[in-house]
Amino acid sequence: MIDFKLPSLGADMDEGKLLQWNVVPGQAVKKGDIVAVVDTSKAAVDVEIWCDGVVHELIAPVGETIPVGTVIARLLAPGEAAPAVVAQRVPKAARKPAVAAPTPGAAAAAPSAAAHASASARQRVLPAARKRAAELGVDLAPLTGSGADGAVTREDVERAAQTASQALPAAEPPAATDRQAQMRRAIAAAMSRSKREIPHYYLAETVPMRSALAWLAKANAERPVTERLLPAVLLIKAVAIAVRDYPEMNGFYADGAFRPGAAAHVGVAIALRQGGLIAPALHDAGDKPLPELMRELADLVRRCRAGSLRSSEMSAPTITITNLGDQGSDSVHGVIYPPQVALVGFGRIAERPFAENGQVVALPTVVASLAADHRVSDGHRGALFLARLRALLQQPETL
Amino acid sequence: MSDAELRTRIVGVIRSVAPEVDEAELATDRPLREQVDLDSMDWLNVIIGFHKRFRVDIPEADYARLVSLDDIAAYLRGSGVTD
Repeated sequence: MIDFKLPSLGADMDEGKLLQWNVVPGQAVKKGDIVAVVDTSKAAVDVEIWCDGVVHELIAPVGETIPVGTVIARLLAPGEAAPAVVAQRVPKAARKPAVAAPTPGAAAAAPSAAAHASASARQRVLPAARKRAAELGVDLAPLTGSGADGAVTREDVERAAQTASQALPAAEPPAATDRQAQMRRAIAAAMSRSKREIPHYYLAETVPMRSALAWLAKANAERPVTERLLPAVLLIKAVAIAVRDYPEMNGFYADGAFRPGAAAHVGVAIALRQGGLIAPALHDAGDKPLPELMRELADLVRRCRAGSLRSSEMSAPTITITNLGDQGSDSVHGVIYPPQVALVGFGRIAERPFAENGQVVALPTVVASLAADHRVSDGHRGALFLARLRALLQQPETL
Repeated sequence: MSDAELRTRIVGVIRSVAPEVDEAELATDRPLREQVDLDSMDWLNVIIGFHKRFRVDIPEADYARLVSLDDIAAYLRGSGVTD
């Protein structure tokens, strides 16, 4: 039996309200499947399962607020037999849904009581349907069969389970104004913790962007409008590659020790139209071609603003980027998102005077900044990291 | 299609990205991005929206010409948008 706990949803979220279950007992799930939706102060988050298995029991009730780390469901490992309590051979009168928690079947639209009684008197149930009903906890009695001679089929059972799970009342997410206030509090808590616990140091480097923007303009001229790249993807990719040589910028500081990230999952700070921000992760950003990264970034921004993020995106970032974009200020010195250890900020890319070969020329530049955790790294290494970042952005074709 | 109708359709595309926009509050001759909070990704989505709604391909080099609502309407007219 596997305990499935509510996963971490980011440093500023220590609990979530269960809005709905997307699975029913008996259902097979694969790692990464979305099994539930949990509301946090920032967004409704799709909770992914971390292992393969078969859902055995849903423990957390819909509507309840649950601390991170609480067991919310139990699963059978692949190949594991269900405990003997499953009511496969229990007499019909005593038959109850095989598991606790929501009772699919009970809510399945049943015919009238009279029809129910007469149907159950001569009800025929195919063996596969009976087995499936036991797995799913579906009460066979109210079902009308669609098979030969009115026999209840496996499909009838699954349809009933489906209807039941849809009929389960989904809890309401909070009103917009409540969410605003909650989000403000969550940001306040995380940022106060960061400033209280993390000894930040700050560095900044002016990065010429002539080659990068020329490369981008040429690449975009050949691409349809729906596949154009933004400068942001070059910046994200360069950061993800630069941390490979400077692992002390990428990972988590917890319990008095630094744990480097196994990969670079780059959190991208995304401003929400109604205020506040979320910084979900682009997974393995250094390994993905730019067009793929661009698609993922566009999708992440869209889902972020629609309030539909995945749990792995909320908890995964190993480093965060804040990119002010073309309407922003010259530079930004960010606040590290705990338990991460570094944040890279990019100001607006704009034409500025720049000294080059004894001449002052007008060049597009961007100020790249690093806020890093002094418990883990020192300014010297931080400066080398920014120099590496600058060098990578001079060779956009290699990104 | 009249200029006013074209502008309404343009604002419709902008609203798909920035739902808070009220057409009545937009000055048609002032820079759009001074009046509506559109970041780089939003702006790209607006351009993609124009592409889908009006079937025009706007090269990146032309973005600089799309400053105000009036500019955008003139640009779309120049690209052969009639309905």
